Amino acid sequence: MFNPTIASITLRAALGRRRALLYAIPPLILIGVSAILRLTSPADPAWPARILGTFGFSVVLPLTALIIGTSVLGAEVDDGSVVHLLATPVPRRVIVATKFAVATAVTIVFAAVPELLAGLVAGQGRLALGLLAGALVAAVIYNALFVCLSTATSRALVAGLAYVVIWEGVLANLVGGARILSISHYGLAVATAVAPGQALKAGVGLTAAGVLGAVVTAGTLAAAVRRLGSFTLRGDTA
Amino acid sequence: MTANDMSSIELRGVSQWYGNVVAVNDVTMTIGPGVTGLLGPNGAGKSTLLHLMAGFLAPSRGELTVGGAPAWRRPDVYSMLGLVTEGESAYPFLTGAEFVRAAARLHRLPDPAAATRRAIGLVDMVGPMNRRISTYSKGMRQRIRVAAALVHDPEVLLLDEPFNGMDPRQRLQMMDLLRRLGHSGRTIVFSSHILEEVAEVAGTIQVMVAGRLAASGDFRAIRRLMTSRPHVFVVRSGDDRRLASALIGRPAVRGVELTADGLQVQAADYGAFSLDIAGLARAEGIRLRELLPADESLESVFAYLVAS
Repeated sequence: MFNPTIASITLRAALGRRRALLYAIPPLILIGVSAILRLTSPADPAWPARILGTFGFSVVLPLTALIIGTSVLGAEVDDGSVVHLLATPVPRRVIVATKFAVATAVTIVFAAVPELLAGLVAGQGRLALGLLAGALVAAVIYNALFVCLSTATSRALVAGLAYVVIWEGVLANLVGGARILSISHYGLAVATAVAPGQALKAGVGLTAAGVLGAVVTAGTLAAAVRRLGSFTLRGDTA
Repeated sequence: MTANDMSSIELRGVSQWYGNVVAVNDVTMTIGPGVTGLLGPNGAGKSTLLHLMAGFLAPSRGELTVGGAPAWRRPDVYSMLGLVTEGESAYPFLTGAEFVRAAARLHRLPDPAAATRRAIGLVDMVGPMNRRISTYSKGMRQRIRVAAALVHDPEVLLLDEPFNGMDPRQRLQMMDLLRRLGHSGRTIVFSSHILEEVAEVAGTIQVMVAGRLAASGDFRAIRRLMTSRPHVFVVRSGDDRRLASALIGRPAVRGVELTADGLQVQAADYGAFSLDIAGLARAEGIRLRELLPADESLESVFAYLVAS
């Protein structure tokens, strides 16, 4: 289910052209803000959960996953180079699984690990571990969704942004029921389970998050395999 | 199943449409080993036909098989099929050698390094193979893409406008390569809108016009269809009026019109008239200044083919 050749090309494309620097900016901000707050507000124990839970899980993590998840396959679909992968006998599920694995790994490096580091900078080890666990889970689900979107539409970035900003950013805050379909809240549910009593505002329980997260991941990946298997090249038309 | 069946492409009543636009209209053809050229103007449906053969489109109607089985949604067909699409898509950050080696690995070849060397040698890219693809010219990109499509030594190779962007020397090399592959028993299909390219390489020509198969056969048969058709020439000479009266009695001439820009000659036969007029002018002592086919555009040739 994993092809090292595809993984290597995907990784080089994902991190090439100084893109790694671009991905590094949000987590550096997260860690920097944590360091500043640690120095300026040592007496306030609530800010790490608020900053790392809210800003980390609703901005840094989903946006990093969005950019990476929609580009690992989407960029090749857009410029046609995906044909070089598809005109080979490699099963489509292997292509999707490999792209998904690379996107998830890169997201973990640039969004989940920084949550751990920021938590440690904030001086709260337990919270740091919770944030890491939650971010790992959210990175997996987000990337399954965004890889799937990139096989379904050439505007995957816009569609994904709409989900993150409108659904998760606005609706999930206003309407409690919307949190049931919020990947950010699945991550927070896991973080809360690992680090309870830390003022992380998870909108769903751990069981619901686990079941729904697994369903979303499996469903979107299966849909991506199906879409890629029916990939078409448009020709000239009279 | 014979070796020929293994590498043959069969289309039976194949149509492809996008909404209301018909790209390929009821095409039936069998393509066997050797080089086949898909000739037609832009928008004739050549690329669509190649994408159908390559399994990147499902026919809206009809049946299409490659090596006896449908190509659509069948990744294992690529073990015996190579595709070079139009355009320049490749991974610009890879070197040419890395790109071809990646293709060899994706095909799970037992010795990817040897297959890479062989394929790169075939397209004469050994010199620049360790440079990044982003530094390649259009022609070099095209050749490295052909090498990647050839790395697994496929029975069937499909190429969409393979000579685009190549300089004359590269073009001759590519033509030679396709000819060699065809002679070795492989099924090579390539598209082009340039008659001379197709005539140089292809044993069989399939002429596509507006989605339909307009003519099919070897180059001589197609050429005969084109050259023995009525044709309009514009002729300018030292004495247009006298030339007109001399021309009107010739069997290769159907009609002559004297215009302000010279003579408009309706030739009954393209080839015969082209040979006849020079001798006639010399015999009459008239100096020929200009002889231009007035409707030589490819579209007019195809329009004629469709009408016939």
